[in-house]
Amino acid sequence: MNATRISVAAAMVLLIITGAGSAAEAPAGASSCTGCHAAASGSNAMRALGGMSAPEITAKMTAFKSGSAQTTIMDRIAKGFTEEEIRAIATWYAAQKP
Amino acid sequence: MMLNRRSFLKGTAALLPTPALAQGAGPRVVVIGGGFAGASAARFLKRANPKINVTLVEPNQTFTACPFSNHVIIGLRDLRALQFGYDKIAAEGVILALVAATEVDAGKRSVRLANGASLPYDRLVMAPGVDVDWKALPGYSQNVGDVMPHAWKAGGQTLLLRAQLEAMEDGGKVLMSSPATPVRCPTAIYERASLIAYYLKSKKPKSKLIILDSKDTFSQQRNFQNAWKELYPDHLEWISLSQGGNVASVQVETRTLVTDFDNFEADVANVIPPQKAAAIAQAAGVADRTGWCPVEPFGFESQLVPNIHVIGDAAMTGAMPKAAFAANAQAKVCAVAIAALLAGQKPPEPRLINTCYSFVAPDHGISFAEVFRPANGILVDVEGSGGSSATDAPPAARKLEAEYAEGWFKTITAEVFG
Repeated sequence: MNATRISVAAAMVLLIITGAGSAAEAPAGASSCTGCHAAASGSNAMRALGGMSAPEITAKMTAFKSGSAQTTIMDRIAKGFTEEEIRAIATWYAAQKP
Repeated sequence: MMLNRRSFLKGTAALLPTPALAQGAGPRVVVIGGGFAGASAARFLKRANPKINVTLVEPNQTFTACPFSNHVIIGLRDLRALQFGYDKIAAEGVILALVAATEVDAGKRSVRLANGASLPYDRLVMAPGVDVDWKALPGYSQNVGDVMPHAWKAGGQTLLLRAQLEAMEDGGKVLMSSPATPVRCPTAIYERASLIAYYLKSKKPKSKLIILDSKDTFSQQRNFQNAWKELYPDHLEWISLSQGGNVASVQVETRTLVTDFDNFEADVANVIPPQKAAAIAQAAGVADRTGWCPVEPFGFESQLVPNIHVIGDAAMTGAMPKAAFAANAQAKVCAVAIAALLAGQKPPEPRLINTCYSFVAPDHGISFAEVFRPANGILVDVEGSGGSSATDAPPAARKLEAEYAEGWFKTITAEVFG
C-alpha cells in the first residue's frame, strides 16, 4: 500500500521536474469534487475536503465504494474510481491546506 | 480558502508570473458565455496559468442561475438569491467584456463584439448555453412565450410564471409540456412539476397540474412517481408519450396545448419547448445538424472547428447531461486541457463527475450521480458507478438530500462567482 503511495508521489515529483505535468497536476477526477465540497473549511452540509488527511479521505471513499459506510450519494460516486485514483485524489486534497 | 491558483495546480512554480513578462505577452483565450460553464472556465484558466490573457464575453451584468428557479416560481426563494456578478472573477485578472459576441471568424481566430471591437484568440471557449428552438413547436414564438412562459432561462420568464400561478384562481388547471431530450436539465421538468403540485396542494388545493410529455421514461422516474403517488395524488397527473402526451402545437388565444389526440386548455400553461445550442454556436459552425456541438472528451475541443472548445449545455459530450454541475466540471477539465495545449503538451485523461439534485418537496430531495471517462471519442459512464437515490430511502435521507442540494448550490456558486 505504501509502495503505491510512494510511486504516486514519485510520479508527481517526476512530473514537476520534467514540467510535463504542469497543467496536469491535479489527479483525474479531483477537480469535480469542489462542485459540492469546498476545498477549505467553513462549508455547508457537505464536508470540506481541506481539513481532512489523505488516509481519512481514502478510508471514507473506500468504505463508500465497498458499501460498508452509510451515505446518500457518495457510494454511487466512489464506485467510479479505482483505489489508486482515490489515493491520488486524497493525497492531492490533503496537500491543499491554506 | 478557495482553490486558488497555487492549490489548483500545485507545484507550478515555473509558471508563476515574473515581473519581466507583461500580460500582453501571454497566449489569448476568449470565453463566450458567463454561466456555470463559461465563468468557471475563465476563472480556472487564469488560475491554471496566470500568463494566459483570459477575456470573458457576456452580455449580462449579472448571471441568473437556473438551479433553484423552481423554488422562485412557487415563492420559496427570491430571484435575487440566484443572481451573481463577475467582480470577483475580474479581480483574479480575467478581463470582462460585458457585451454580446456577434460573430466568430474561426479562420482568423477572432471574435467580433456588438460594440464593434474584435478579440483575437489562440483558443476560444464557447459556453453560450441553449436557445429555444422557436421553429420546432408550431404556434410557439417569443411573443407567445409572454403568455405561455417557458421559464427555461431564469429571470423575467421565471417571475412571469410565478405571477401567473399566484394570479390563478383556486380550481385552475396548470399544464406543462415536456419536450424530447436533449434539453437543458431534463430532470428539472419533473422537479418543477413536483414543486408546483406542492404549491397547489398547500395554497390552491382545488387546482391540478398535468404534465404532457414527449417521453415515456425520464431520469429518477421511480423516485418521482413514488413521491407523486404519496404526496400529490390529487394534484399531479403525468401523461406520457404513449398515453398521448406529445404536444404537437400550441394555440395562444385559448392557452391550449394540442396533442396528437386531444386539446388541453390551461389556466396557466408552462411550455417547455425544444432547444438547441445558442445562435452564436450555430453561427460559428461548431453545431452539427442535431443543433448541438460535438466535442472530444479530453478538453472539449470541437469536432468540427479547431481551436474552439465547447462546454456546458451547448456541448454534446456523450453521456454527460446538460446541468450546472456538469458544466462546472467540464470547465475545470477544459481549463487544464487548454493550459496544456498552449504549453505544447497533451491534455491529461480526465475523470468527471455529475450530480443532479432535485426537490420533490421543499424538504424532500433526490439525486442522480454519474462518473465519466473518455472512450471512443466521447464521455461514457464508468462501469458500476452512478445511479439514483435508493427508492426505499427513509424520510431522513430525503431530508438530508434536500439539505445537500442547498449546500451544493452554495458551494458551486461560491466556487464560480464568489
